[in-house]
Order: sequence, then C-alpha cells, then structure tokens
Amino acid sequence: MIKNTNAKTSPDENGHFGAYGGRYVAETLMPLILEVEEHWTKAKNDPKFWAEFDVLAKDYIGRPSPLYLAKETTKDLGGAKVYFKRDELNHTGAHKINHCIGQILLAKQMGKKKIIAETGAGQHGVATATVCALFKMPCTVFMGAEDIERQKPNVFRMRLLGAEIISVTSGSGTLKDAMNEALRHWVAHVHDTYYLIGTVAGPHPYPEMVRDFQSVIGKEAKEQLMEKEGRLPDSLVACIGGGSNAMGLFHPFIENKEVTIYGVEAGGHGVDTDKHAASITGGSSGILHGMKSYFLQDKDGQIQEAHSISAGLDYPGIGPEHAWLHDHKRVNYVSVTDEEALEAFQYLSRMEGIIPALEPAHAFAHIMKLAPTLPKDHIMIMNLCGRGDKDIFTVAEKLGVEI
Amino acid sequence: MSRIQTTFEQLKTQKRKGLITFVMGGDPDFETSVEILNALPKAGADLIEIGMPFSDPVADGETIQKAGIRALKNGMTLKKILKMVKIFREDNQETPLILMGYSNPIHAYGEALFFQDAGQVGVDGVLIVDTPPEEGQDLIQCAHTNEIDLIRLATPTTDRQRMGKITQGASGFLYYVSIAGVTGTASADINHVRTHIEMLKTQTDLPIAIGFGIKTPEDAKEMSALSDAIIVGSALVQTIETTPRDKVVEILTVQIRALSRALG
Repeated sequence: MIKNTNAKTSPDENGHFGAYGGRYVAETLMPLILEVEEHWTKAKNDPKFWAEFDVLAKDYIGRPSPLYLAKETTKDLGGAKVYFKRDELNHTGAHKINHCIGQILLAKQMGKKKIIAETGAGQHGVATATVCALFKMPCTVFMGAEDIERQKPNVFRMRLLGAEIISVTSGSGTLKDAMNEALRHWVAHVHDTYYLIGTVAGPHPYPEMVRDFQSVIGKEAKEQLMEKEGRLPDSLVACIGGGSNAMGLFHPFIENKEVTIYGVEAGGHGVDTDKHAASITGGSSGILHGMKSYFLQDKDGQIQEAHSISAGLDYPGIGPEHAWLHDHKRVNYVSVTDEEALEAFQYLSRMEGIIPALEPAHAFAHIMKLAPTLPKDHIMIMNLCGRGDKDIFTVAEKLGVEI
Repeated sequence: MSRIQTTFEQLKTQKRKGLITFVMGGDPDFETSVEILNALPKAGADLIEIGMPFSDPVADGETIQKAGIRALKNGMTLKKILKMVKIFREDNQETPLILMGYSNPIHAYGEALFFQDAGQVGVDGVLIVDTPPEEGQDLIQCAHTNEIDLIRLATPTTDRQRMGKITQGASGFLYYVSIAGVTGTASADINHVRTHIEMLKTQTDLPIAIGFGIKTPEDAKEMSALSDAIIVGSALVQTIETTPRDKVVEILTVQIRALSRALG
C-alpha cells in the first residue's frame, strides 16, 4: 500500500509548492476543482481506496515492475552500476496507467459519468481509454491535429478501446492546445465530467494527486534495491516532460538527502536554440493550465512552442513541484538533445535488448554521459518509463529508413 | 468616485441599463483598434472592455481566440494596450475602461508594475480570467493602491458560499458569466439566469453585468431586465473579423447602436 505524502514536500492548503502550483482556473471551474480536492483528500486517507488501487495495480497493471540490473550497460559504460525500473513492462507500455487507474477510481467515487483527457504522444490517451473501457465510462480524448498525424498507431489503439478522439486545430495543434481544448470542454460540462489530467501539472490537487499515484514507482524501487543491495541508490535519473514519471521515482527519495537526483529535460535541437522543450533549463516563471510553474515563453508572457523528437516531452511547461525542487536545488535539472536521445535509443536496444520509448531514451542519454565518470560502487536507478514500439516510425524516419 | 461607480450611478438615475462592449486590444491592428475604441462611446457603449491578447486563452471560444491571434501576429503587447488606453484618454475622460485577460502576460510584466502603469494611463478596472480569489490576494492591494477596481466573475456554478469568497476584495461591478462554457457559444437559459442572479443579489451590493452568449438586441434586452448592464463581446469581434478595415467602424457603430437602443 502507498503511504501518504511526505509532509515536507506536500503543497500548502491552496496547493502551493513554495511560489508554484496553486489553482489558476476560470471561476466556472473553481467549485469543481474544490470538489475534486475534497474527494481526493478523503480518498488519500482511505485504506479502502488504496486497497482497490493496489489490487488493480497488481493484477491489471502488473505491478510491481521489476528493478533490473543492466549488466551489459554497466560493463560497457565502465563506471556506475545501472539499474532500470522497468515501468515499460506495465499494461499499455508506460507509467501513465498508474495515475489513470487512480484517477478513474476517484472519478467513480465522485459519481462522474464521463471522462475527458488530453494527450500528446498518445500514451496517456491510450492509458485513459484503457481504464475507461475497464470502468465502462465514455472517454473523449483531445489531441492536437499535428500529433494525430505523428502518432497514428496510438490513435488507432484509442479508437479500438472505444474512445472518441477530438482533433484540436486551435493554436499550434499540439499537446498544450489539446490541454486548452480539454479545459474549454470541461467548463461546459462540469456537472458530469471528470478531467483525467495526464501529468503532475494543472491546478491543485492534480500535481499532488498524480504524484501520489505515481509514487508507487519510487516506493517499489526503494524496497527492491534494499533487497538486492541492502542500501539506498546514490543517484536517480528520469526524463521530464510534465514530470509524472520523474516525480513518481523521485518523491519517495526526496528526504534521503544523500541520494543525488537528475531530471532530464528534452533539449531538442539544443537549449540555446528556439527548438527545445526544456522549461526549467530554458524557460521562466509563468502561469498556464491552472498552475504557476516554469514555462517556455517570450518576454511578453506569450507561451512558446515546445519542440522535442519525443512527443511525450513536447510540452512548454513542467509540474510545479519540479519548479520548487529546482529552486531548492534538491533536483538537478539537465537537458539532452534529440540527437543524443536518438543515439541512446539505439544503444539501449542493442546493449540490453530493450527498445525504450524516446522519452526514457533522454534519461538514458544522461546515464551514458554520467555513468562512465562515476566509481563502480555508485548505484544509479533510471526510470525506464515507457517502451519504444510507438516510436519506431519516428526513429526510422530520422535514420532515413523506410518501413 | 471612480468612473465605473459614476457610470452606474448615472445609469440608475437615467433608469437605463448599461452596455459594455468588449473588443480585443490590437485587433486587427493597433491603428484600427484605436479607431474602434474611440468610436465605441459615440456608438452607445457605456463601459468598454479591452481584451489583452494571450497565446492560450482557455476561457475563450473560437471567435475571441482568433482575435487574440490576429492581434499578437500584428505585434500587440501589454505595453501597447496601455499606450492605447493613454491615447483614448486624451479625448475621453468619462467612459470606464476595463482590461480583461489572462494571468501570464501580467505576471511577465510584473503584477505591481502593471497595476501602477495601468492606473497612470487611466484604466478603471482589471479582470483576470484565470486568477480566482484564492490566487488573487496580492492583486487586491495592487489594484486598490492604484485606484483600479478588481472585477470578479460569478458563474452558474457559483453557490452562496462561494459568493462570499468572490466578492471579498471585488469592486466596480460583478461580471456574471451566464453560461457554463467559453465565450461566444451557447445562449443562456433566461430562467436559470434569473434564479441565480436573484441569489447573487442577496450576497452583494455591486452592480451586476451579464455576459457570455449575448449576441443580438433581443438577447441584450432580455438579459438587461435581470441586471444593471450587459456585455457583448464575440458578436462585435465577429464583425471586426469579417468587415473590411475601411468599413469596420461604420458597421460596428450600426451594430452597437441597435444594441444600445434595445436597452432603452
């Protein structure tokens, strides 16, 4: 069972992590946001709620996911001992299912009849469509027109699962616009609809709630490493778009100050160009999608387009708790370019026989830089948060291969 | 007395309902937008709302989204909005101006500095759509120091208890969003609005203006019977979108006159 949140890293009563977070939504949504919070507060302290979550986590998602010692990688990189937390082995192939199960249980408890969600790469959309099929709730997924084009297999998966896909053409037709459109839809359907947000972002209580559902990753990893090595890891590495898989791995270790933590943002063509998705490394404090956090924006506060080879990291913002952890220097935020991620993608496929998603390929690219510089008794855990099947078309195209 | 207060007092004396017109600042471009602003009071606008364009306007329907994009494409910024207000105030000292928009451009400008500069050029009210009272405590001080009214929203989802929170620190008037939805979409059910406004009136002495979904003189008349003023936005923005620039002031004037007449 997941224990409750750690007091020191919990937001205040209005959902602020220091200066970040909060509830920046239109007044129409406020009563509903407060209702979500009320139900969440009840659920998180209710052992019966977590018992239901745990059963589904075990039998439906397939948890716990293994903690795997990547022997070949460790040997080849010649430095630190590298472990993978294998969340790519979850049902639906990524960590997103963890918070989808949690949130749909909450939606059910709230008596909501319909589910909406936004998706970029389609992973969160697929996971949402999956739990909606399981719980027999109509599911509407908002997806940017450009992403629908880029992620055809996931679009088809969602349709097979019974979801309706709404193509979003407003703005730039990507993830941030899908989220705008989902919020617009929600305002008009507040009475019967639950918005199942796909990352540790949005208005309070979503960042805290999604984190707590995802914390199962870090909790398992901690126990598993204790069994294998009898101690804590020396460092953690995870990729960050909105930051859900990273928060999930990091959170149970935040108070273990001896554990060094790296969050890897998508550097696109480089953070010194205008084509990247590194909100912390290359952005500044702002307000969007219900929260104060770091965003890519111009000097007038207009939000800028993100760019990443990985559609799942292609978001111009980051969860507010990450912003706070950055300001407090508890987590080191670094970035990795498209090219480095692409190289890591291929390396990992050949070295370990694991085709990772392009998202964790970013985390792995950082491992490839870092591990050789560290002593052999240094233990690293990387969150391998998704599998790469969905990305083979993108990668083939980049490599100039026709499939 | 503030311009907003004075205007609502006058409306009361004249037994008239107020017409609040919304246009996007800088739509379709700076010069045309200034011309439009100058023409609004003469056409019959009692108060004016100027939209501050934002890249991600989550509370707006397609019409106003597109207006924001047009304005931004033509280089509109918050600084230029304030410049526009300054120009407007050279010839007009009476008509209240309310700036309406989203948190982020104001955050980027600096909240305190924004209210200071806005106060100096003659802005009377500010409405930040995505800052509910819970996040707006610091803004109350900023606004009042600079004699600016912080306009708050009430919606069909607002209950009695929530109203207490909303009116705390609010001044000028209360903006009632008549539908649960984004701007420029459905029209409200008059009976729902009536019941709800009656409840709101027991909770506040502020004048109440109804907006969202009011398009025609008939809509305007119907909703004005329940309130102190009505707000028309998308219908005017639509006209700006579809009318050639050299005709836009003329056509808009005709449209606003009709709305104004409907209010008696």
